[in-house]
Amino acid sequence: MIDTLVIPLLKVVIVLNATLVGVTYMVLLERKVIAWAQSRLGPMRVGPYGILQPIADAVKLMLKEDITPTRADKWVFTAAPIISMVPALIVYAVIPFGDKVHLFGRDVSLYITDINVGLLYIVSVASVGVYGIILAGYASNSKFPLLASLRASAQLISYEVAVTLTLVSVILVAGTLSMVGIVRAQEHAGVWFGFIQPIAFVIFFIGGLAETNRAPFDLPEAEQELTGGFHTEYSGMRFALFFLAEYANMIVVSSVATTLFLGGWLAPFPHWLPFLSVIPGWIWFLIKSFIFLYIFIWVRATLPRYRYDQLMNIGWKVLIPLAILNLVVTGIIKVLLL
Amino acid sequence: MFDTDELVINMGPQHPSTHGVLRVVLRLDGEKVVDLDVVIGYLHRGIEKLSENRNWTQIILLTDRMDYVAAATNNVGYCETVEKLLQLEVPRRARYVRTILCELQRIASHCLWIGTHAMDIGAMTVFLYAFRERELILDLFEEFCGARLTYNSMRIGGLPLDIPPGWDKKVLEFCNIMDGKLDEYEGLLTHNRIWLERTKGVGVLSAAEAIDLGLSGPPLRGSGVPRDVRKDEPYAAYDEMEFNIPLGTVGDTYDRYLVRLEEFRQSLRIIRQATQGIPEGPIVGKVPRLIKPLAGETYHAIESPKGELAYFIVSDGKSTNPYRFRVRPPSFCNLQALRRMAKGHLVADVVALIGSLDVVLGEVDR
Repeated sequence: MIDTLVIPLLKVVIVLNATLVGVTYMVLLERKVIAWAQSRLGPMRVGPYGILQPIADAVKLMLKEDITPTRADKWVFTAAPIISMVPALIVYAVIPFGDKVHLFGRDVSLYITDINVGLLYIVSVASVGVYGIILAGYASNSKFPLLASLRASAQLISYEVAVTLTLVSVILVAGTLSMVGIVRAQEHAGVWFGFIQPIAFVIFFIGGLAETNRAPFDLPEAEQELTGGFHTEYSGMRFALFFLAEYANMIVVSSVATTLFLGGWLAPFPHWLPFLSVIPGWIWFLIKSFIFLYIFIWVRATLPRYRYDQLMNIGWKVLIPLAILNLVVTGIIKVLLL
Repeated sequence: MFDTDELVINMGPQHPSTHGVLRVVLRLDGEKVVDLDVVIGYLHRGIEKLSENRNWTQIILLTDRMDYVAAATNNVGYCETVEKLLQLEVPRRARYVRTILCELQRIASHCLWIGTHAMDIGAMTVFLYAFRERELILDLFEEFCGARLTYNSMRIGGLPLDIPPGWDKKVLEFCNIMDGKLDEYEGLLTHNRIWLERTKGVGVLSAAEAIDLGLSGPPLRGSGVPRDVRKDEPYAAYDEMEFNIPLGTVGDTYDRYLVRLEEFRQSLRIIRQATQGIPEGPIVGKVPRLIKPLAGETYHAIESPKGELAYFIVSDGKSTNPYRFRVRPPSFCNLQALRRMAKGHLVADVVALIGSLDVVLGEVDR
């Protein structure tokens, strides 16, 4: 009873809340880091150094009037933010934050579940989120959001191909689709897959930027061209859902990248620096994810935005051929050497 | 079974990157611009007509409101036109200070341009860097005349006030700071691959086209036409300054970017020369108590940060206000190149091109 129902439920509650808090603080982190990059201070008013800013933001967004445009498709308009938020959250079900720990006389695993098709689950659930953006643009019955959602669908679909191909080459190396299994395979191999599959790693990261609509691929919400993109007509909490979904997706991409390429919860250099293993695995996981998130923000503060046709060129003419080549070479080496 | 249709989109007058109240009606085929119309007039305040009912001194204040990011240049242009009409000699010291103010203003205006242009293309950090330096210039202006945006900083025949003590040292200090900051902007943009892809080959204008469209300023020089009023018909103290006119070769957005960046450096060069060589002497010439030019007309052009800013003024010789007051605003003339440049490009390029032309709507509509 306790093992099958209570503990998993507790884990769901904890992960869900931790994610939502993490997402709101991710927004604060982004504002702070970008501010420092631009020689500003960022939020400073709410609480010391602005650490209560996310709460103020949330309260403000809740109190905002929730407007549905008269000519919008009401049902779809309401459903769209939910469709983009929910997949971003349920992906966390299979992400392994750490190994088993001993708590209150029980062995508790630091992941909600470990299904044997974990990676496939992530890919398929994450791609549902695209519908939220497409439907938002369509249901708004407005031209700028429509253009943005057309951009978004083309962008997300083409980059998903490249990202999925890199995942396949990781699966080839690991020999399993389970997220926990992939980390164990890296422990067993003694080397993180980021070093075995550097090309896949880079393509995954670039594709991840594009899939989360982050700079320099933030065309669907290009404020300067499309006045806010697909969420132009949204206000209040519904707008916040899109906003949170974007940051939740960033955390998902960082977590998946950590699990697949940087050894998940494993401590670095187990042979040369064994004392690093004293730090619990979940802290290593958070540190590694944080590095990715920081790079996400760093890139945004630095780079200009790609144009639509250039974006498609990079996706179809550079990333996808490279990913296929990487997959073929990985396959040949695997067959010949092992 | 399926039909394709052109999509008509209104960009503006409320749009984050039409820089004020410009309205562009785009006709799109997918993301491609088939045609576009520029609609102006949302900021029309009738400054030209208003000027015909104000006396000669009061008009200086109105010229501030045209190109409001380069108010001092407007002042200089107007005052010199009236001085030409009055055949008035301006003391050398006043001409030197005018040169310094004009070039400081050019840097301030270009700071605003590089910030918003980069922001339109998605590089947000340059914007804040550029505004940080623009702030220093505004401080210098505040110390000189008390105002930070609309200066009213000239008088017919010279200057309203002498420069405050120590001001010239602060200007030189600013020049030294700015040198390093320019490299910062360049580090973020000039060799950035995305920036190159977004600006190279976008909105190409040949030299002949640029002349036909009546362009002036950096858009004209970006197409390789060596026309600069400061060199061709020197005013203020430009005949005593040494500086180069940067020219583009291709005439694309990247060339216009490089031209303006080099103008930053040339402006600093002029400011250094002028500040170190400010002569002693009076700051106002022999101005009659009642300014009342003889009947006649005059046309006088100066090089504002946006291009060739000219005033055409007719005096009837009887009243204390101009009979006819007309401005040739560089932004207005440059803006008509937008249609030619944007056809066949994508929506994102239209935004880049508006930024590349560097228009100020206060000046377009007047």
